[in-house]
Amino acid sequence: MLMLQNVRKVFHPGTADEKVALDHIDLHVQEGDFVSIIGANGAGKSTLFNAICGNFTLDSGSVRLAGREISALPPHVRSRDIGRLFQDPMRGSAPDMSIEENLALAAGSGKWMHRINARDRAAFRERLSLLGMGLEDRMRAPVGLLSGGQRQALTLLMATYHVPRVLLLDEHTAALDPGTAEKVLNLTREIVENNHITCLMITHNMQSALDLGNRTLMMNSGRIILDVSGRERQGLTVRDLTERFRELSGSALNNDRMLLGMT
Amino acid sequence: MTFDKFLALSQTAMELGLINSLTVLSLFLSYSMLNVCDLSTDGCFTLGAAAGALVAIAGQPWLSLPAAMLAGALSGLVTALLQTRMGIQSLLAGIVVNTALYSVNMALTGNKATLSMNKVPTVFSMARDALKSTPFSSVSTLLVALFFVLLVGAFLCLFLKTRLGLAVRATGSNADMVRSSSINPAFTTTVGLCISNSFTALSGCLMAQQQKSFDINMGSGMVTVALASLLIGGVFFGKHRPIPLRVLGVVLGAFLFRLVYALALRLDMPAFMLKAVSSIIVILAISGPYLHSQLPVMRQHMRAARERRRDGC
Repeated sequence: MLMLQNVRKVFHPGTADEKVALDHIDLHVQEGDFVSIIGANGAGKSTLFNAICGNFTLDSGSVRLAGREISALPPHVRSRDIGRLFQDPMRGSAPDMSIEENLALAAGSGKWMHRINARDRAAFRERLSLLGMGLEDRMRAPVGLLSGGQRQALTLLMATYHVPRVLLLDEHTAALDPGTAEKVLNLTREIVENNHITCLMITHNMQSALDLGNRTLMMNSGRIILDVSGRERQGLTVRDLTERFRELSGSALNNDRMLLGMT
Repeated sequence: MTFDKFLALSQTAMELGLINSLTVLSLFLSYSMLNVCDLSTDGCFTLGAAAGALVAIAGQPWLSLPAAMLAGALSGLVTALLQTRMGIQSLLAGIVVNTALYSVNMALTGNKATLSMNKVPTVFSMARDALKSTPFSSVSTLLVALFFVLLVGAFLCLFLKTRLGLAVRATGSNADMVRSSSINPAFTTTVGLCISNSFTALSGCLMAQQQKSFDINMGSGMVTVALASLLIGGVFFGKHRPIPLRVLGVVLGAFLFRLVYALALRLDMPAFMLKAVSSIIVILAISGPYLHSQLPVMRQHMRAARERRRDGC
């Protein structure tokens, strides 16, 4: 489904700030996989997502999605097949526009001169009610008035309105309070499972990295240092993961949020 | 001032306010919606006036309007391409185009700084002739201006609710989100600037025909005047109001600005003060909310200073 081959990206090459952000990444994600990604600060997790979304040109390597080479396509073309959520709930929607207007853009019924009609509203209402947040009764309210959790849930709905081939979740619950985070995470699981979406999720919560999905990657210094799935992953505990990290990277985990999550 | 005089005064203010409000509506699209401060507004206003005057002098007053709008749209296209395809910051792109438009306008008029339309029919003189024997003859100019403002206002209300219009609005609000909706923000910026500049040019075209003359400097300072009107309009109907109300607010703002200016002229304010007044309005309207938010900080400083004095250190 999603295939990265020999992907390399160096930021600020030839300067004192030179940083190998992605170091010959090879990754093959199968259709229907739910991959959780953990790693220290600056390990290249978000950069990996940026490479998939096309936010910069690669120094070398290729990105293929469903058999098609996409590494030369601009971000707005790739976004037809790729949905993405960020940690910041504000990044996914336009605050000055109403809920239904935001949804209309995501739903994108093709014609430029199309205006929201009763049929669109009925469809939006139905989708919004799935979130269980009462947003279906506030469709004309500006998105800027919603809470962070509501906005992130709306963004999730927008990113999956047309089922994407791949959904990228970049710590999308990290900025929410624990209760809301759990709610949004459950919604994510529900939508991903119901639509059989191939999904990559960056998380700092090692427990949910092991609980969610069927495969876990660990990144360090721009490389994937651990890739576990199937039986090998089943018995794994958070303690095992930190041990493996120390072993593989030669240093202790420096992601403070990750450590805080450990008990 | 007698009531009659006030009426005459407010009618002129209304005519000029309505014609200017087309430029304000243009900025409503580029500044409020697209979040681009289009500094080519001055040159584009003059461009519309020049193109319109040329076509009107050639004997085609009605054709002058689409001609001016087309010229404006082209100018907007250049500004948009500079900022979306050539990496020039949007403010700079506007300034550069504005400067170049002076030469373009001079070239258009054949190196003449003024053109007179005293002897040729304009849209306003034709409307006056058409309404000669009706009770509307004294307000024909007002009606023509009102007609175009309604047309542009209605277009904006409809357009901003279409998928393309929503995409233009979202570009100013969150360009990332536009990209994730598989729409190229460079495209929406280009569409938005072409449309907004065509309104600015239409505004200039009508202004020149109403004054029966074209002047190469008639657009100078227009962007500040229009911005002032836009910000006054925002006081009536703010950000979270429905689009039609905001459009109405913008037109009211342009009218009010003109009325205040006309009254100030009556009270012997020299005409050259117009631009200083509009600058001050823009400064107050934009810095006001910021300064207001700084009030608690200032109060705290003063309280701390008082306490220091009282404690004698």
